[in-house]
Amino acid sequence: MSTKHANPSLFDSKITLEAAKQAFVKFSPRLLARNPVIFVTAVVSLLVTAMWLRDLFVANGTASFSGQIAAWLWFTVLFANFAEAVAEGRGKAQADALRRTRTDTVARRLLQPDERNDLFEKVSALDLREGDIVMVSAGEIIPADGEIIEGIASVNESAITGESAPVIRESGGDRSAVTGGTTVLSDWIKVKVTAAPGHSFLDRMIALVEGAERQKTPNELALSILLAGMTLIFLFVVVSLWGIAGYSATVLSITVLAALLVTLIPTTIGGLLSAIGIAGMDRLIRFNVIATSGRAVEAAGDVDTLLLDKTGTITFGNRLATAFIPVPGISEQALAETALLASLSDETPEGRSILALAKGNHHVAEPNLTGKTARPVVFSALTRLSGVDLGDRIIRKGAVDAILKHVNVAPNMAPAAFRDAVDRISRTGGTPLAVAENGKLLGVIQLKDVVKSDIKERFNALRHMGIKTVMVTGDNPVTAAAIASEAGVDDFIAEATPEDKLAYIRAEQAKGRLIAMCGDGTNDAPALAQADVGVAMQSGTQAAREAGNMVDLDSNPTKLIEIVEIGKQLLMTRGSLTTFSIANDVAKYFAIIPALFVATYPQLGALNIMALSSPQSAILSAVIFNALVIIALIPLALKGIAYRAVGASELLRRNLLIYGLGGLVVPFIGIKIIDIIVSALNLA
Amino acid sequence: MTLAGWLQIILVFAIVIAAAWPLGLYMARLFGRTELLPAEGGLYRLAGIDPRREQSWMAYALAMLLFNFIGFVVLYLLQRLQFYLPLDPQGFSGTSEHLAFNTAWSFVANTNWQSYGGETTMSHFTQMAGLTVQNFLSAATGIALAVAVTRAFARTEAKTIGNFWVDMTRATLFVLLPLAVIVALGFMFLGVPQTLQGSVEATTLEGAKQVIALGPVASQEAIKQLGTNGGGFFNANSSHPFEGPNEWANYLSIFAMLVVSAAMPVMFGRMVGDMRQGRALLIVMMVMLIAGVAAIYWSEASGNPLLSQLGIDSPANYEGKEVRFGLAMSALFAAVTTGLSCGAVNAMHASLTPLGGLVPMFLMQLGEILPGGVGSGLYGMIVMALLSVFIAGLMVGRTPDYLGKKIEAKEMKLAVLAILVLPLVILGFTAISAMLPMALPSLANSGPHGLSEILYAFSSAAGNNGSAFAGLNANTPWFNTTLGIAMAMGRFAYVIPVMAIAGSLAAKKRIPHTQGSFPTHGPLFIGLLIGVILILGGLQYFPALALGPIVEHFAMLAGQSF
Repeated sequence: MSTKHANPSLFDSKITLEAAKQAFVKFSPRLLARNPVIFVTAVVSLLVTAMWLRDLFVANGTASFSGQIAAWLWFTVLFANFAEAVAEGRGKAQADALRRTRTDTVARRLLQPDERNDLFEKVSALDLREGDIVMVSAGEIIPADGEIIEGIASVNESAITGESAPVIRESGGDRSAVTGGTTVLSDWIKVKVTAAPGHSFLDRMIALVEGAERQKTPNELALSILLAGMTLIFLFVVVSLWGIAGYSATVLSITVLAALLVTLIPTTIGGLLSAIGIAGMDRLIRFNVIATSGRAVEAAGDVDTLLLDKTGTITFGNRLATAFIPVPGISEQALAETALLASLSDETPEGRSILALAKGNHHVAEPNLTGKTARPVVFSALTRLSGVDLGDRIIRKGAVDAILKHVNVAPNMAPAAFRDAVDRISRTGGTPLAVAENGKLLGVIQLKDVVKSDIKERFNALRHMGIKTVMVTGDNPVTAAAIASEAGVDDFIAEATPEDKLAYIRAEQAKGRLIAMCGDGTNDAPALAQADVGVAMQSGTQAAREAGNMVDLDSNPTKLIEIVEIGKQLLMTRGSLTTFSIANDVAKYFAIIPALFVATYPQLGALNIMALSSPQSAILSAVIFNALVIIALIPLALKGIAYRAVGASELLRRNLLIYGLGGLVVPFIGIKIIDIIVSALNLA
Repeated sequence: MTLAGWLQIILVFAIVIAAAWPLGLYMARLFGRTELLPAEGGLYRLAGIDPRREQSWMAYALAMLLFNFIGFVVLYLLQRLQFYLPLDPQGFSGTSEHLAFNTAWSFVANTNWQSYGGETTMSHFTQMAGLTVQNFLSAATGIALAVAVTRAFARTEAKTIGNFWVDMTRATLFVLLPLAVIVALGFMFLGVPQTLQGSVEATTLEGAKQVIALGPVASQEAIKQLGTNGGGFFNANSSHPFEGPNEWANYLSIFAMLVVSAAMPVMFGRMVGDMRQGRALLIVMMVMLIAGVAAIYWSEASGNPLLSQLGIDSPANYEGKEVRFGLAMSALFAAVTTGLSCGAVNAMHASLTPLGGLVPMFLMQLGEILPGGVGSGLYGMIVMALLSVFIAGLMVGRTPDYLGKKIEAKEMKLAVLAILVLPLVILGFTAISAMLPMALPSLANSGPHGLSEILYAFSSAAGNNGSAFAGLNANTPWFNTTLGIAMAMGRFAYVIPVMAIAGSLAAKKRIPHTQGSFPTHGPLFIGLLIGVILILGGLQYFPALALGPIVEHFAMLAGQSF
């Protein structure tokens, strides 16, 4: 996991201070109204404050009690605001870092781009419009997002990606997109501006990170509705209780009814809900993935099928030598030594892997060529072979047909063992290379796509989570099938074209599945747009970046798996804290109901199973617990609950045990402890 | 509690489930078939209905509302005008406006709350053409609605959820009517009267004259139980010797109450193509119901310590019970009738011990889903299942779905609307009545017991149960009107959002179940659903219950009664 962006600790003092300030700003009714549960809490707090003022005025001896209740109710609102502000603050810190790169740059806008001259005017980057063509040379900052129409340059994109190694950008192909705010290191490019100022990639990124454009995601909205509904139900309960108590000759004060209401309504999850959502986005950002909407993060949790590119995700990028297969009469060791000599002049990754295999597995020593007449034959794509003429030894290795031509043997005349080995390697998805010395075939080197060592376990884990993995490759079906079975994917698309991908996605979606994929090319764009979670590589084209709903700044397709996990973690955190919050109510009833009526019906003291010291202390303790639990859960809301790649039943059992049962038990203990403190301090 | 008592209880449940299973499978086939049955076609032609034309949820719900509103008007007029109508051997006059209002909603909403004494208020014609007819129709309405909701889960990307008229007709003709005939014959065989004679006069041993009311009791008794209606022919309901002449009639009553409701989840499982889902819902219903039975039985058997102090050997509480049935069967009947939204009684619930009386009340407040009224219990349980899946389903890291149907903001909005109805009606009216000087003279008892009477009445009405705690004189303008409103809201205000959910879910794709999906058939889900029903459904009533039966219980232990 790469965490190149600043990774603030949970309670960075600067962020906390700013959040504390923001928590007060958020008392503005317009902002409070966005969250029905907290809004109700604020209204009730106001009401109790009025009661407190009245109690002060009429001096009936309850002012201390109503004052404390009012204070803790306000704290409840404050803590909920604080939770949201902390989550936002962590994003803001990153946004500020990004904003610093967006200094006002001067652009050289071409005046007559169609003519072949380079007449330009200097304008502020803010005055650039879509379609303008600008010239950027070494040392200059690219003024806006755009598409390279001419030239090639190395670009430092660390402002966006955090990665300091420069990348090559050139016109045409899949590497033509450049991002405003990045710096050209060498050469020059002409860039066609594709985004007006304020709508650039960087601007959008800042907005997303800051949460300025944050809207409730579908699931968050559904949960808010449920929470609002529960708030309404408990409002009925409390209001009707006033009447029912009246029948029972008990006059309940607004203060205690307010206390009951606020402890019953789901303030815990209500206060933490938006923080959880913001933190989920934030986790992705720190993972160097930018989601264009919270909806996409949620969808990631729901993904049933992952489309994974073979190269780079499932296998290492290149084919590697894995075995030497000699013809009869030649020892494996001899073949390894010869192959090593033949590959000294092969700088391709394949060639280097032959050296590594010979030296590693077969302990062939570095050959001593000094003093010998060695004439190297360098590998070229044209001849497809390499080798060395060492004295009278003419050693070659290369593609099977190239070597057969070199030794002048018709393919069907090659030794049977040689042909068998070649066939077997081809059948199993590998690539055979032949080795020959002085016109005689010595054997075959097996090159294979090497599947990453831990990938099979990861796919297994995904399968347990109910996620199907599909490998996408340009290989022929035989090769693809071999790698697919080795990597343990559930399905593969061989000889895949972008149209194939799109068709596959549509077919899966028709079956009700949600698909995630990543891509970088312009021809990936339709599939990226169609997929429920489309992760575009930052190194990809502008079209791809527009089509996807996430951008991976590291351009690392493996991260798709983690993205899914982050999505799941977000939903799990939300569900667990909701369960916890609702389960808490049981204890609060047992604290408050006996306290309300014990004066009228002393028998109800039997319900005071926590043995709280006095009715006032019981009510106050429940309210204090209710406020403090929000603060106590902020770290959990921000970090997310622990995620494990296990089946749904297992996850449910664990989380239900921790957050369901825990939610029942914890408040009994918490309220009791607070009650002991409250009565020890003589607060009530 | 005795072993024999428990054996009886377990035996009844075993027989019910043994019968409900095939009945549920039969209903799944009945409502799933596309070709018409012989008796149907003529009826549809007569009514000008095209049985092949299915309805959207809105059309379905509108048809249901229209049909039931007409039923309400007819029933209202029948009562008011009964003295003009035939079959009035006792010469009863028309009922009052508010009683007619209350009774009409009561029977249309499958509640059968009776503010009146049946044998002394309603003519035979009103009983037969009005009340008994509504006993069938309101039960059939419930079944039809449940079938429509079930289809929403069984279908994928569908615009329609069935045809109300077809479902109604089939529920009446092929489910309720045949069962009612069988059960009625059973009751007659066991000694329940079935006659059109008004009453007989008898001279008692003391020489006094006694009027013994008679009538078509067995037939009304059958559908009263099968359709979870609960409105008895006699005021004393199933404890009356003519409604429940012996213990066998009592068994048959309990069996008939339970069987259709218990068959509904079986039907659900078969129709959605996964019997395990239906089984899970049935287990939740039965486990909670049996817990209710156990609580009442235990409480009644422990009885009242005040009695021991008076020198009575056994403290077991026999007040208000038919000794013929005993504690076990009274406890079973009380739990079943309230868990079911039936409302027939064979013992006086007001005379139960405080905790014994709390349980029936609580079972009603949980929303009448254990297993609830015919049909209504199933869709009520489905709403709770949706809420459970939504809250806990997130904990597995996916947008929650139930049976492959995603639960999103729209469904949540509707489910919340539905679950708001009961607390609003029950707590709202209870609080107002408890404060209203005009309402309080109706109470027979003061203190917590009086509060229980009011709370029970509104819980019963809103839950469409219909049983009464006794003690409350509900035949007053205030109670008749408010209870009437509570019954109408509890039925129709609840079901409209549920139908909208059905429409929305029917239109969705059914996403395939994977290992990452939330499992909704195992013991974990069963436990979760029970927890959610108790916390979301029940916790709201805790304060009110604390001031009623709970305080009464502790007071009783302390030697005080009200």
